[in-house]
Amino acid sequence: MGKFGLILKGIIKENPTFVLVLGMCPTLGTTTSAINGMGMGLATTFVLILSNMVISAIAPLIPAKVKIPSYIVVIAALVTVLQFVMQAYVPALYATLGLFIPLIVVNCIVLGRAEAFACKNSVIDSVLDGVGIGLGFTLSLTTIGFVRELLGGLSVFGNKLVEGDGMLAFVLAPGAFLVLGYLMVLFNKATKK
Amino acid sequence: MEYIIIIISAVFVNNILLAQFLGVCPFLGVSNKVSTAVGMSGAVCFVMAVATLVTYLVQYYLLVPLGIEFMQTIAFILVIAALVQMVEIILKKISPALYQALGIFLPLITTNCAVLGVAILVVSKEFTFGGDAHYLNLAESVVYAIASALGFGLAMTLFAGLREQLELSSVPKAFKGVPIALITAGILAMAFMGFSGLV
Repeated sequence: MGKFGLILKGIIKENPTFVLVLGMCPTLGTTTSAINGMGMGLATTFVLILSNMVISAIAPLIPAKVKIPSYIVVIAALVTVLQFVMQAYVPALYATLGLFIPLIVVNCIVLGRAEAFACKNSVIDSVLDGVGIGLGFTLSLTTIGFVRELLGGLSVFGNKLVEGDGMLAFVLAPGAFLVLGYLMVLFNKATKK
Repeated sequence: MEYIIIIISAVFVNNILLAQFLGVCPFLGVSNKVSTAVGMSGAVCFVMAVATLVTYLVQYYLLVPLGIEFMQTIAFILVIAALVQMVEIILKKISPALYQALGIFLPLITTNCAVLGVAILVVSKEFTFGGDAHYLNLAESVVYAIASALGFGLAMTLFAGLREQLELSSVPKAFKGVPIALITAGILAMAFMGFSGLV
């Protein structure tokens, strides 16, 4: 597989949201608008790239028995870094995403890539894998946020399209499940036929 | 009275799964059968109560006095991981029957974001149970954790019952598996929205 293929596979073939169905909590919880979805996706991508990089570099030194705990500590440290960065530069987004930023620690995508890819591949390949999967995650979250924002608030990226109220349920909890479910159906239709 | 409000709020109004989206992975992953859903909920309830108790003490007697609140994420996940391991060992020794029932679910719980989520929530958010906004004290935190876990169990068990029925019905090919489960969950979440305004 070429280096470019490594990035591309994360977007379609191994899309973390629609194909692997990982990291569902932030996917459902933060996609009330396209901007929030994108912010969450980029935050996760940040952690994913760095954790893949660090873990692929230190993997040969870690005894098999304490593999998972060490990975979690690395990821938790990176998430703490991310929290500082976000508090400093995008405090508004940090406040909106709230609880879901520290919860990146237990996002199965990050630990999953560490375990499935980073620990047995080179640093460069692992970084590219992180970029691909991160982009796939960001794109999915932005799409879900876009649809929910459009249906629920009749706006696109915060710009109101038409006056009036949308279908509020799509911004609230049920809409998250419904939009993700139907987008997954469309994704299945598009890729499997 | 305040405890009752906390319980109703956490179980029905702000259901951890259907309103706050914490712990969705096990919700979709192990909710194929009612029996596994009940087992998982029991394990989560146990771990969540103990984890919230310990992380509460860690936050207020270790992190805050030392002025290192920013270590919260790392400290909490380590506490939870160690705790799950310890619960596993203790259960194996003192109650093999319970260990048999919960055993396979315990390792999964470390990465259940509901546990870490509730632990962070109770020390970082001001709640308005019974009047003024205030940070929860130790007893309220533990009650909140147990109630959240009960809410998790309720949604999980209801959903597992629905999915058992879904197995028997014919579903269009593209909808099979996760998509139809998500759509069902959406309808369930809509039903739970009926509780909003209750507290």
